[in-house]
Amino acid sequence: MRCAGPMPDLLILASLSFSLWISSSFFPNFRVHGLVLVQNFSTLLWHTSIGYPPMNVLEFTGLVFIGSFVAGLLGALTGLGGGVVLVPLLALFFKVDIRYAIGASLVSVIATSSGAAAAYVKEGFSNIRIGMFLEIATTIGALFGAYIAGSVPTSAIAIVFGAMLMYSAYLSRRPRTAKERNVPQDALATRLKMNGSFPEGNGIRHYNVKNVPTGFGLMFGAGTLSGLLGIGSGAVKVLAMDQAMKIPFKVSTTTSNFMIGVTAAASAGVYLARGYIDPGLTMPVMLGVLGGSLLGARILVEAETKWLRILFSIVIAVLGIEMLYKGIIGGI
Amino acid sequence: MFKAESWSDQKIEIIIGNLLRVGVSISAVVVAFGGLLYLTRHGKTLPDYYTFQGEPAALRGFHGIVHNAIALQGRGMIQLGLLLLIATPVVRVLFSIWAFAVERDRMYVGFTIIVLAVLLYSLFGAGAAL
Repeated sequence: MRCAGPMPDLLILASLSFSLWISSSFFPNFRVHGLVLVQNFSTLLWHTSIGYPPMNVLEFTGLVFIGSFVAGLLGALTGLGGGVVLVPLLALFFKVDIRYAIGASLVSVIATSSGAAAAYVKEGFSNIRIGMFLEIATTIGALFGAYIAGSVPTSAIAIVFGAMLMYSAYLSRRPRTAKERNVPQDALATRLKMNGSFPEGNGIRHYNVKNVPTGFGLMFGAGTLSGLLGIGSGAVKVLAMDQAMKIPFKVSTTTSNFMIGVTAAASAGVYLARGYIDPGLTMPVMLGVLGGSLLGARILVEAETKWLRILFSIVIAVLGIEMLYKGIIGGI
Repeated sequence: MFKAESWSDQKIEIIIGNLLRVGVSISAVVVAFGGLLYLTRHGKTLPDYYTFQGEPAALRGFHGIVHNAIALQGRGMIQLGLLLLIATPVVRVLFSIWAFAVERDRMYVGFTIIVLAVLLYSLFGAGAAL
């Protein structure tokens, strides 16, 4: 019998308790013994949510690390990306100012994109020409987004963020296009040498690309969102490639992952110069997300992720509603 | 003809993938080391992220960060690791220019130079333009 159902949940529990155990050995404030640890952890969570008594830097760093680790793990397991829940996690739960949260999230997005690239590349799905051409649009968009992030009020950023989360949750529930598409050769895409091939089964599958200008325009939008919100905006990138340019889904997702790091680097310079990137906060976020996503990518092959995807998309939707609400009442 | 081209593309991508992994690993080690320094010295203080003040000027630019990191300041060391992380995609783009040049693909050398220019503008020009 295949134990596909409860497996991912068990894995998450196991890794969560493992990271708890690791952090407890680093932080003397946590006790290592079973129940006491759980008790201390829930006490800490409770104190975090009511904001009293104030945590010290050690406790704060430990909790942010654990939260980011779980976000990275879930993001990799479901393929939805962990970056999109980092900012709500930091802003809503840890009460971090949204600008620090965006800075920390953006830097972590570079780490996950680059860290996962080596694994994706071996499979031979990503298309570097499509990626590089579209990066012209995403990097210019990211620079633009990072600039306007400085003059847009934080409540407006929260509202856009909430809408983006709801949209990601909606996209994740849509069926993926896996079937072969017969796309005729497009003059512009052919001139740009975008048509490619990838290994499938025992053979090689060729594909053609179309609607390059539409894809380019959508990529500018994806870059702007990335620079404004500090996320990878992989959902929009995949949408542009899969839906508009008719690129096969596998090629779209791996090429998108490849592009995310370069896109994020384009707004990172502006964020750094503005003082959005705080080392004390970014350290646990970056290390946590990186660790979680690497672990997630490793166990991805065995895990059955259908229920996990549903669960995670509900979490994303709820966070989206709360971000919208906080943005509208001016709580952020 | 087609096969040879896709093979070399594949090889380039594998090199790029490994390049990125090495870059991320180095930066993670530097960040973790800086984190240890920071936590041993400031672990008992209270975090203050509730209101936005922005980072001090010394942690916003290259000179200040490198200066701080050499002085073994935890926050400066973390920031140096993050700079290395931001630099990995830039190195990747630089490498792609070379790779496209080897393939004699002038058009894509041009496209990649545009991407590099935007990245360098963000890293070096953004501070001055603010």
